[in-house]
Amino acid sequence: MDYFLQQLINGLTLGAIYGLIAIGYTMVYGIIGMINFAHGEIYMIGAFISLIAFLVLGILGITWLPLALLIVLLAAMVFTAFYGWTLERLAYRPLRGSPRLAALISAIGMSIFLQNYVQLLQGARVKPLQPVIPGGIVLMEGTISVRFNYIQMMIIAATIVLMAIFSLIIAKTAMGRAQRACQQDQTMSALVGINVDRTISMTFVMGAALAAVAGMMVTLYYGVIDFFIGFLAGIKAFTAAVVGGIGSLPGAMLGGLLIGLIEVFWSAYFTIEYKDVAAFSILILVLVFRPTGLMGKPEIEKV
Amino acid sequence: MAAAAEHRLDPVAALKEAGLAGFVALMLAVPLAGLETVSAPGGLTINTRWDWVAIAVGSVFIGRLLLILWRERGRRRGGPTMDLGIAETLRTAMPILAAAGIAFAVLLPFLPFADRRVLDIGILVMTYIMLGWGLNIVVGLAGLLDLGYVAFYAVGAYSYALLAIHFDLSFWLCLPLAGALAAFFGYLLGFPVLRLRGDYLAIVTLGFGEIIRIILINWYDLTRGPDGISGIPRPSFFGLDFARSPPPDGHTFHTFFGLDFSPLHRIIFLYYLILVLALVTNAFTLRIRRLPVGRAWEALREDEIACRSLGINPRNTKLTAFTLGAMFAGFAGSFFATRQGFISPESFTFIESAIIVAIVVLGGMGSQIGVVVATLVLIAGPELIRELQEFRMLAFGGLMVMIMVWRPRGLLAFRDPTVRLHPPPRRRFGLGRGKAAETGAK
Repeated sequence: MDYFLQQLINGLTLGAIYGLIAIGYTMVYGIIGMINFAHGEIYMIGAFISLIAFLVLGILGITWLPLALLIVLLAAMVFTAFYGWTLERLAYRPLRGSPRLAALISAIGMSIFLQNYVQLLQGARVKPLQPVIPGGIVLMEGTISVRFNYIQMMIIAATIVLMAIFSLIIAKTAMGRAQRACQQDQTMSALVGINVDRTISMTFVMGAALAAVAGMMVTLYYGVIDFFIGFLAGIKAFTAAVVGGIGSLPGAMLGGLLIGLIEVFWSAYFTIEYKDVAAFSILILVLVFRPTGLMGKPEIEKV
Repeated sequence: MAAAAEHRLDPVAALKEAGLAGFVALMLAVPLAGLETVSAPGGLTINTRWDWVAIAVGSVFIGRLLLILWRERGRRRGGPTMDLGIAETLRTAMPILAAAGIAFAVLLPFLPFADRRVLDIGILVMTYIMLGWGLNIVVGLAGLLDLGYVAFYAVGAYSYALLAIHFDLSFWLCLPLAGALAAFFGYLLGFPVLRLRGDYLAIVTLGFGEIIRIILINWYDLTRGPDGISGIPRPSFFGLDFARSPPPDGHTFHTFFGLDFSPLHRIIFLYYLILVLALVTNAFTLRIRRLPVGRAWEALREDEIACRSLGINPRNTKLTAFTLGAMFAGFAGSFFATRQGFISPESFTFIESAIIVAIVVLGGMGSQIGVVVATLVLIAGPELIRELQEFRMLAFGGLMVMIMVWRPRGLLAFRDPTVRLHPPPRRRFGLGRGKAAETGAK
């Protein structure tokens, strides 16, 4: 039981991270109907920027933790958002209205490019970071004591807060209304005076900012990153978005939690070598048997 | 954007635009280019490289200005010039080009500059061309985006390696077996997933590709995991080995033909082997396009609903394409295993699938000669510039994006329906369809 509880906590933490990345996939898919294949790399860039921000703060001597965390969070979100914006501007906007395959190839190309770009600029080695937020509370003493680390609490809390903020943005602000309008009909939105290009750009910016938060959390949680983490995390987050129902924000979060839990429990109770196979198999099963996901709307094909 | 009637260049607006681009470049460059994380005794530390940032911002600013100037010039000359002329010339020149290309490929080993390195690149290029042609059946003809093609390549390679090592079978016996096994895997994987469309199919095939790779890594008893399989037998020339010293009671290649021993013989043989395999793939594709099943593929690619209402069974039709494509990947895989003599899961990563798909799509889907052009651009180009080895994949990714932005339908995206009801209308240039007679596809 205590083992189970511990895995539950670990799974929820991992799931929160996947959920944050999955939101980026789901928002972009909702608005332009394509898989932003380079989103995993954006998350990786977010992780690198937060690592660098931490090191810079260390050199500057800012050690009061809450302030440092806030600065790193903002720096990662802002700088990564620029990457998201540029990605859309360079690789996707010129291809709007082209065959879907062209956009997908361009996205894969961008993904390869960004991976090697970071590798060349920052080196191929694994980057370690000392634990920034040590400690935690012990929930249950026993042969295996159940620990709920502060960092895990922070990840889950930050995810809940960000989810609330973003849901509010989508539901209440003019930008969110524009996004929902563009999801339904871009031509009609343009006719009623919505700047479609800017709305799509903003979608990428928001997705990138959330991916940056996920990247920062991963850097803090695991303490090691390298230039290759984007690929697997990207696919798993995409799986999460599909499982939840692509295009749906709460669905992405739910899917993320499910994927995180499944992965952690699979590693804990079966084989750790095949944990990625578990994630991929779920992706395949969901797509084959319920392509609309748990909370998605069915796609009606019109002639 | 300025109104179409206004042709004057506004310097303030241009500077503003370039300045904005420079600002974005600054924001991009500062964290990743400007601050480098380096290992130090007490953990990581930061190295600053402001000169790199300055270079990045400066070049983006100037590049943007030049782009604006160039754009203005193009506008003044009136509209983008459609490359109708080029397309027309290419169309008529295509058969000649194809013949010349094949002749060059056949003669390559005997040309004066053909040393070991050139032949190695030739083999590499031909392997990718063959994979491209094989995938062209799936992606180009049937319109199914397969991002896990390398899985079948891996199945072919491992089947050959295991069959040859454990059962001592010859290459020529293993080749069809490997192809059949890969085709069987294609059938198995295709069966449940082929009703998905577009991006979803792409992601599912990607997942399958990764699953196969993870199994190859972890099934240690069979595949020796990440260590890979070494000592894979080399192919022989109708029973004649390419060894320096002949066995006591027989001949090797060079003693049989009375030649001096040269390690190049084996390379040349491998080169011709892959050339023949690739040409067989090409011939097969060109012929099957005219069969009912080939026509059904192309029809399915254009409009699935129309096909269904005409009584074409979409699942079976797609499944044949998927299976046949997988078979050719299996052939190529066993060639790869016998050429390398060593295989490990490292060789079958997602990036390989991405490269093959890129070759097909960049070449212009369905165009056989486009595959050749794209392979030369993407594989041979970076391979020839050895000094830039570390920038190879960076350039590769960048090229993919740029070619797609420049020509979203691929480099050679004028393709005819294979079979026509009426003779083609004169000079009608639609969106990528309706051009280049059958001969044009090589």
